[in-house]
Order: sequence, then structure tokens, then C-alpha cells
Amino acid sequence: MVRFAKGTIALSAALLMATSALAQDKRVVTWNADYDPIPLAAAEALIADFEAANPEIDVQLNNFDHEAYKNAIRNFLTADPPDLANWYAANRMRPFVEAGLFADISDVWADNGLTDALASSVLSSTIDGKQYAVPYTYYQWGIYYNRDAYKAAGVDLPGEGGVSWDQFLQNCEKFKAAGIDCVTTGSSALWPVAGIFDYVSMRTNGYQFHSDLAAGKISWTSPEARAVFENFGKLQPYVTANHAAIDWQDAAALLVQGKAANYVMGNFAVGVFKEGGMTNDNLGFMVFPEITAGIARSEEAPTDTVHLTSGAKNPDDAKKLLAFIASADAQTKWNGAVGQLPTNKNASVDAADPFLTAGFQALSTATGGIAQFWDRDADAEYAKAGMEGFQQFLVQPDQLEAILERLEQTRLRLYPQ
Amino acid sequence: MTTASPTYRRPRKFNQRAIAPWLFLAPGLFMFTIYVLWPIVQSITLSFYDWNGLYNKDGQFTGTFVGMGNYAELVSDPAFETSLWNNLKWLVLYMAALPLGLFIAIFLNQTVTGIRLYKSLFFFPFVISQVVVGLIFAWFYAPNFGLFYLLTQSITGQGTAILADPDLVTYGIIAAGLWPQIAYVMILYLTGLNNVAPDQIEAARLDGAKGLKMLWYVVLPQLRPATFIAVIVTVIGALRSFDLVSIMTNGGPFGSSRVLSYYMFEMALGEYGFRMGYGAAIAVVLFAIMMVFITGFIWKMWRDETER
Repeated sequence: MVRFAKGTIALSAALLMATSALAQDKRVVTWNADYDPIPLAAAEALIADFEAANPEIDVQLNNFDHEAYKNAIRNFLTADPPDLANWYAANRMRPFVEAGLFADISDVWADNGLTDALASSVLSSTIDGKQYAVPYTYYQWGIYYNRDAYKAAGVDLPGEGGVSWDQFLQNCEKFKAAGIDCVTTGSSALWPVAGIFDYVSMRTNGYQFHSDLAAGKISWTSPEARAVFENFGKLQPYVTANHAAIDWQDAAALLVQGKAANYVMGNFAVGVFKEGGMTNDNLGFMVFPEITAGIARSEEAPTDTVHLTSGAKNPDDAKKLLAFIASADAQTKWNGAVGQLPTNKNASVDAADPFLTAGFQALSTATGGIAQFWDRDADAEYAKAGMEGFQQFLVQPDQLEAILERLEQTRLRLYPQ
Repeated sequence: MTTASPTYRRPRKFNQRAIAPWLFLAPGLFMFTIYVLWPIVQSITLSFYDWNGLYNKDGQFTGTFVGMGNYAELVSDPAFETSLWNNLKWLVLYMAALPLGLFIAIFLNQTVTGIRLYKSLFFFPFVISQVVVGLIFAWFYAPNFGLFYLLTQSITGQGTAILADPDLVTYGIIAAGLWPQIAYVMILYLTGLNNVAPDQIEAARLDGAKGLKMLWYVVLPQLRPATFIAVIVTVIGALRSFDLVSIMTNGGPFGSSRVLSYYMFEMALGEYGFRMGYGAAIAVVLFAIMMVFITGFIWKMWRDETER
């Protein structure tokens, strides 16, 4: 017995030495991420697949708390850079690119034909003609609605392609008469109102207008911007009162309880609706209605990305992993596990999930363009000023002139003409 | 000024008496310099720069010097103006903690069975964290299910969501802040009341003083040290009102409940901020405002000590 125990110890010691020796032979790629439990499991599965295909590489994922990561990344990129780091596309990555902390990975894009495979995300991954990000997932925005609320108010359910803008406003009138909030939102964190504004803006003037407005190229007092606020104002009376004091999850509860009929939200909210007891039978999804006829439909789909850092110790193997993350198979698997959409057009989505299927359909037919969301397309400070303006307009529509005036001043300060 | 006579100014010697106080002060001074003075200098320096908080990969500072630019921007910044006004509201309304705390202290300063229990119950809100106070009040005010909302709904027919109303939101948060602050002031006065000289009360009573006159002319003057401390903690409490704003509204709706400390955090470290220089400039202004009060307090303490 004693001998046996001794033998075990000797054996395990030998094993330990063997594994550490093995680990030393491997080339290490470090990756800092900010995953919640479900995406973390998906990322670990992705790493396992990659390591199986590349046995000589050892990927070490260092996971951070989601909120803490936003501050941590500012330190670790300088102090102790990993090879890869998670972040977001478009303007969100600009400060790191401009400080030279994210590395140019145009070669990864060129060598793997990503410009074609990730066509929808080229713009959001590019700064000054070079690519700095590998997008691997995004999710659609749109209108989620409660079929039971439609029935309770005696409103016809939206068809396959959604409803027209006039029809939507007429429906809102009926919902109001039935004591149901037509459109709900919870704007205490500001960003949910930007979703509504972006859609009204893109449906009124198109994608290019949204993009130029976010870039500070368009005056807030221009007739086009006023037209957006006019349409926004048509929606205003039907938005949940007191939305400024509640979180988006509280508004989700209103939709689940049938106190609200429609919710302009991202697909991540489906999990919350279902936790609240909704099923595929009474939860519906439609694209935001067309406002100005003939404008190519554009959609919002914020993209999550992985970046190569400038201080990477093992950039060659890190690029291999990036190419793997961009591949159709890896994206199909990762997004299937997490319930989001792959950015690789050759990847596939779970046909059994009506929201993913609808979202994939909506995004792949969005000929107008894919927007990243107001707070990723606009610079941080400008984004915040804008969102405060949108929220104030929804609370105090009579203050429109003051709001536009203030936003215009902010624009002129940040983007001197 | 004439030079001191040479008989008093012998060449300095490093004797025990000269060195010992500095030796004893050294650890404290060292800490104070590193953790208080140095950051103050750094904040003031930073407020002259435009910097997004990033160093490049070689560890070099990426900010640019803008001189008084941040301060010039502050002057015309409507959000800064809102924060300043809100800070003033906090300062003025927070003072309500003094009379209310005194009232409760006098009310509790009696001997009945179980008075210790009542005292500790009144003291309870000060013991719980500000974050918890914020959460409790946020739920109290919450639209649709909050107690306050339902109460106003049953009275007026139209529920009032304090935290969604740009005109009421600051008062709602101040009310939440007053709850623990009154308890704090109460405990200060309770200890003060223990030290009120019974013979003076007796004498005043013999002279026919009672009620408010007794309170104003006999009791309150004896409570002056307690009042002084209560004013200090209340002013400081009002100026550093950060946690409640952060927990209850995040400065919203559309920035109407911001105070300087929160605006500073938002600009320097918030999700849409990372304007370190601008945040530092706000911090410097807040520091200057606090310095006015701190100087006042120190001057008063110094005067009290030298008069003795």
C-alpha cells in the first residue's frame, strides 16, 4: 500500500515534469478577453480546436470582468501587452490605433481572403486604409414585439417584412388607447435611445447621413437633421413615460408583461425576454419600418473584434490564431454556442433560432450598409453629447431648439469647420 | 523686519531636540507627500494637458499641452454649470441635517426603557453603506413599482418618477443623502448633550428659562463644539456626494443630476470620457471650492486654540 502510494507520487511527479517540459516546447500565444460565462466557454472550445490543429502552439486566455476590462486594457496594452486583445470595431478602436498600441494586420486580411469573406465588416475594421481588427461576431438590432400585446389591443400582427411607418404610428395610436406603451425603452444608461434615434435617422436620410452625422460632418440645424427629429417626435408620445429612470432590463420586463408592445433593441435582449417567460410563439422580430420611400435599408449590427497588439511577443502565431478566428468554421461554432451572428459570410447560423435566422436575413439583405451603433460610429465625447440630446428630446420635445443648438455648439467645438 | 539678535541665533546644531520632532514626523510627512501633496501637484499639472489616458507602446506620454484650454472650455460648458449649481443645492439643502439631527437628538435624550434600542435604530442609516442607501431610494422612487411612485399615484392620479424628472432629480438624491447624514449629526449631538452641564440647566431653570429660550441661550452654546464638527462633516459630505449620484442616476436624466465630483469621474474615467486633462481641471476647481471651506475651518480652529 505504502509502496503503491510512493509509486503514485513518483508517477505524478514524472507526469508533471513531462507536461511542463511539453509546455516549454510549445510556443505561447496570450489573449486577453472580457467574456461572460457563455462566450467564455465558446472561446475555450475555439482555442481547443485551434490547439488541436496546431499542437505546437499553446493559447493562454486571460479573462477579465467585462466592466473592469474597459479600464484594464488601457493599462495592460502599455505595461504588459498580451499578443491578442478583445475590443470593438470602428471609432472605439481608434484611440488605441492612433497611440500605436494595436498593430496593423492588413497582411492577415490579404493572405486569408478576408476582404471577401468578411465583406460586411471591412469598413468598420479599417482605419486609414489599413485593417486593425478581426471581427468574429455581431448581432442585429430591430423591433422585438409581444404578439400577446398586439392581440390584447386588437392590432393586426406585423407581416413577414414588418409594417409601414404610417401603419406603425396608427398601431401606436391603438396601443395608446388600450393603455399599452407602443414603444418601450429604458434609457438610464443612455445608449438604448441611440438605437431608436439611429433607426429613425437611417430610415429618414439613409446610411451615409448616419455616418456623416456621427463623424460631425452634418449640422444639427440642417433641414435633414430637423427631418429626423420631426419623425422622432412622431414616435415620442408613444414611448414609455419615465424611461429615463429605468434600465433596459426593466423595460424588457414591460414587454414581457404585455405592458409594452414593441422594443427597439439588440438581439442580446432575446435571452432576457425568454428568461421572463416569453417563447418563440409570442415574441416576434421585425425590421424597423421604412420611413422615406426608396432609401436602401441599412441596419445596426455592433461588431466585436480581436486585435493584435503592437507589443505582442509572438505575433506570428497570434496571426495564425486571428486567421482561425476569422474562418467560417470557427465562427459558425462560436456564434452557434453564443447565439449571435457570424461576420464571415460563408458561416452558417442555427436554422432553429427564428431570431438569428431573421437577423442573418435582415443583415445580409441590408444593401444600405451596416452601422456600428451611434456610440461606436461617433467619437466618445460626441456620442455622449448626442445621446443626452436624444434622451432629453424624448422627455422634453418642446426643448428641441435648445437641444439642437447645444449639439451644434458641441459639434463646432469638436470638429472646427 | 529687523534681524533677530545674534544671542538667540546660535549656529544650528543637530542636537536631539532639533532632530527628534522631525524624526517622529518623518513617516507621516513621507506618506502625506506621496499620497496627498504629490497627487495634487500631478492633478494640477495634468489639467493643462489634453490627454486620453494612454501611453504609447514605448511608454511615452501621448498628451499635448493646451495651457488654460481646459479651463476656458469649462467656463462655457453647460454641463459644468449644471454641476456647479447642483453642488450649491447640495451644500444648502444638506445643512437641513443640522436642525433635524439636533431635534432627534434632543428627542432621544431622555431616560425611558429601551432608549438604547431607539437610539441605535435612529443611528442605523449611518451604518449602512451609501451604495445601499442609494439602491433603497432608487427603488423607493422607481416608476411603476416604487413606493413613492405608487403613493403619488394614489393621491394625484399621476405617478411622479422623481429620478426621471430633470427638475426634481437632484432634490430626490439629496433627500436620500440626508437620511444617513441626519443620523450622523444626531449622534454627534447626542454625545454633546451628555456633556451639557446640569448645574447650568438648573440655574437657568431657577431663572425661569424654558423651552426654546432654554435651548437657544443655555443648551446650544454648550453644544458649540458638536455643531462645529457637524457643520464640517456636512459640508464635506455635500461636496463629495458621488456615490449616491452614481448609484441612483449616473448623473441623468441627460446630465441634470450631475455634481462636480461625478462630472469629474465621468470626464476622466467614464465610458465615454477618458479626457484626463479636462477631468483634472474639474478636480482642481472642486479642490479650490473645498479649500475655501477647509481654510475657514482651520482658521477657526487656530483662532480658538490661540485665544485659550
